[in-house]
Amino acid sequence: MTATPAADREPKRASAGAPREPVLTVEDLKAYYRTRHFGIEREVRAVDGVSFEVRDNEIYGLAGESSSGKSTLLKAVAAAMRPPLQVVGGTVRMRFLAGAKSLHQASSAELAQLRWRRLSYIMQGSMSALNPVRRVRRSFEDFAARHLGGTGAAFEAKVVAHLELVRLDKGVLDAYPHELSGGMRQRVTIALATLCRPDLVIADEPTTALDVVVQKDVLDMIRDVQRQVGSSLLLVTHDLGVHAYLTDRLAIMYGGRLVEEAPTETLFRSPQHPYSKHLIASLPRIGEEAPKVTLTGGPPNLAEPPPGCRFHPRCPLVMERCRRETPALTRLAPHHRVACFAVGGQA
Amino acid sequence: MRFYATYLAQRLGQFLLVVFIGINLTYLITHLTPIDPVEQSIAAVTSFGNTSPEAIGAMRQSLRELYGLTGAPHEQYLAFWRRIATADFGPSLSAFPTPVSTLIARALPWTIGLLATATLLTWVLGNLLGGLAGYYQNKTSLKVLAIIAMGLHPVPYYIVAFVLLVTFGYLWPLLPIAGGKAMNLGDQLSLEIVLSILKHSILPALSLLLVGLGGWFLGMRSLVSNIVSEDYVVYAELAGVDHRRILTSYVMRNALLPQVTGLALSLGAIFNGAIITEQVFGYPGVGSLLVSGVYAGDYGLVLGVATVSIIGVSTAVLIIDLLYPLLDPRVRTG
Amino acid sequence: MLATLRDLMIYNPEFRIGAILLGLVAGMAALSLASPYAPLDTFVVAPDLPPSFAHPFGTTSRGQDVFWQLTFAIRNTLTFGIVVAVLSRLLSLAIGLLAGYKGGWVDRVLMAINDTFIAIPLFPILVLFYFVLRDAMSWAALAIIMALLGWAYDARLIRALALSLKTREFTYTGVFSGMTTRELLVREHLPYVMPIVFATTMNNMNWSIGLEVTLSVLGFTDINSPTVGSMIYWANQHTALVAGVWWWIAFPVILLVALFIGLFLLAVSMNEHIDPRSRLRRMGAEGGA
Repeated sequence: MTATPAADREPKRASAGAPREPVLTVEDLKAYYRTRHFGIEREVRAVDGVSFEVRDNEIYGLAGESSSGKSTLLKAVAAAMRPPLQVVGGTVRMRFLAGAKSLHQASSAELAQLRWRRLSYIMQGSMSALNPVRRVRRSFEDFAARHLGGTGAAFEAKVVAHLELVRLDKGVLDAYPHELSGGMRQRVTIALATLCRPDLVIADEPTTALDVVVQKDVLDMIRDVQRQVGSSLLLVTHDLGVHAYLTDRLAIMYGGRLVEEAPTETLFRSPQHPYSKHLIASLPRIGEEAPKVTLTGGPPNLAEPPPGCRFHPRCPLVMERCRRETPALTRLAPHHRVACFAVGGQA
Repeated sequence: MRFYATYLAQRLGQFLLVVFIGINLTYLITHLTPIDPVEQSIAAVTSFGNTSPEAIGAMRQSLRELYGLTGAPHEQYLAFWRRIATADFGPSLSAFPTPVSTLIARALPWTIGLLATATLLTWVLGNLLGGLAGYYQNKTSLKVLAIIAMGLHPVPYYIVAFVLLVTFGYLWPLLPIAGGKAMNLGDQLSLEIVLSILKHSILPALSLLLVGLGGWFLGMRSLVSNIVSEDYVVYAELAGVDHRRILTSYVMRNALLPQVTGLALSLGAIFNGAIITEQVFGYPGVGSLLVSGVYAGDYGLVLGVATVSIIGVSTAVLIIDLLYPLLDPRVRTG
Repeated sequence: MLATLRDLMIYNPEFRIGAILLGLVAGMAALSLASPYAPLDTFVVAPDLPPSFAHPFGTTSRGQDVFWQLTFAIRNTLTFGIVVAVLSRLLSLAIGLLAGYKGGWVDRVLMAINDTFIAIPLFPILVLFYFVLRDAMSWAALAIIMALLGWAYDARLIRALALSLKTREFTYTGVFSGMTTRELLVREHLPYVMPIVFATTMNNMNWSIGLEVTLSVLGFTDINSPTVGSMIYWANQHTALVAGVWWWIAFPVILLVALFIGLFLLAVSMNEHIDPRSRLRRMGAEGGA
């Protein structure tokens, strides 16, 4: 993707009218785990040159299997890296960060201003996302009071009004997290994440830990709140069903890179990359009888990724070139990008 | 609320069990003796002369009951418990005819005062520094502190107390190294006495602190460095919550819970340390009493101190257990 | 195994320092075999000599060479610690594994007893033992008593480990493939338990030797068999510090402190070796540099 010529890139704001820059622009982001143990250095390239943008009011989905690097990508996008994870290249720009610099160059004061007012987060495993020894009210104060001003009755009224959006009674404010059910806790975190009406909400596997009945409820709620608040949403989950249900655009990640990006509907109807095709084809459909085709081998070891296209050892369409060169994410149609030599214009 | 009640019942049950098993242990140990301890003790007292026959008779009676030598086995056992329950360990052999219970009652405030102050101070300081060291892992001063803690923590109380005694008693005589207060001050409460008591408690307290600090420091440091990667801490950081707030209300607040449990678990060991520290500095508490009891062959005194120690330590454990729900809402309202 | 030890030696400073200190102490104990004097003999050298070439650690007021006396003392002290550790390991392994695997009321009863032994202040109990046994309190008797009293804390750790192992995948695999409980415990679980047993052994030795020294210094053990504690006892009896015979006390104390710190550092490094989270932090910290 480093090779993508600038002219090939999608023009800014291709879809909707306003000539605003995207809420989030990620360019050629590289985030590696660098460790040295017993004198042996290891480098795991969990995110290796990823570019995409999230626009106003959109729900942007990111899919991939468990070791594809999507969780690492989120950490890097949210500037929440901890050693041994390091961002080694590329930029993450937010529209509201002054000076068009990357989030990773921002001062801690700038980041503190940005967090929750502009950029908020719904965590994977919200079961443990709330401090177990603090009442829910205190979490709201800790997270949002500095942006909404004041703590007294005015703040409380705002919180209570916002809780209604997620159909929670104001009684939850006096509860401790362990006194709430899983679904309620997840709704509390949704309310927390949207209270300041941020421009971008990042949601990491928001429904994975919940049971199936509650899942749909929570998804509906996320969408409703997103519409009402007007935030953009970056949603990451391995569950393609969730993407089909919720997202506007969808990117597929494999081995630390994006392999395909398209409007969700397009991607489900006509996936182009062999890996996306495999993912979509393996979704269960009612009444289907033919056995599923499985891929051989496992996901790549990102400490020693295969040369060339990282999918080539498992690819049914593999060519000699795939073993040597890395395919760039190339525009196939106005809103459809694919990284594969076998499809589209790169052959 | 029912959860809380179950918890309380459990802790109370454990308390009773500790006292029961502990005191039975002392009874069992007593029965291991190969000689007739009573007549031996009586002989030791009468050799000093001028003791009334009545006093000797009372002494023989209480020793026989404490050693469990009167009547059938079950009567022996019951007589022993009756003595324990009424805190009646008979007259002391070494301070005849002062009752053992009076000696213990005189010594107990010294031990409780020293131990409670030193333990709380150690615990608070160790947790505070350990919490900072776990959160700011790259601060050099805190790393140095960790190395010092690692060097001091494994050394037994006796050695540290001894080194302090040598340092401040012989090499650099700065502080009093013996007793609980200056001898010439009398018993009237005055500022002078309070200052003297404080001054005399510095070295014993310091040796308890030096040994104890490392344990809390290292424990807290490792708890904190695990808790910083808990979801709720990461989430608060993502939300841009103030770092001091995260350190206190999120990280340390949660790390405190196992440290409170740890305090309850280590009270027994801390008490062991206090006994030997008292002995080294001649501090007038129950530790010194215990050791002098052994030297004087005073069985009632040794048994009395052992019993009071068991009950005292388990009561302190019970108090901590009862306070714990105030810190952990999951026990309070689970 | 050997490779792990070598790696620990190179890359884990706690392990390195601990191993060196313990090696020194063990070397000192081994030297007792070459001692020119018998351990119980007194007045074999001139008394109260300061450290010199002939007597590197000086001589005592009882006419013993401090260096050679110390080799016997540290050997006995180490042996005592090892005996207590081995005996109490048997107890804490048996009780911890039983409670963890059986669960239910067995677990509850065992842990209630366990917590009792943690809460009881042991020092007064040991003093009571000495008071009653007097001359019958040989170091073997003391070792057995301490082993019987000192298993509880580690049994709790081992129980927690057994609880976590019980629910692991390979336990189910083992059960379904028809392994007996004994086979399962020995073949599948022991490799996980051993590092913890090793770490607790170090801590237990620290505990038992610390108490032994304390009791000896007070004269509450068999003070005639030379241990580091009884050496300090005799030095105190002869008011060595007041008399200026500081070497009689200083060298035993230094050797003891080396032993305690060595054991503790080995336990710490072993705990870190077991806990992958702290290892990850170390890796990260080094990687970031």
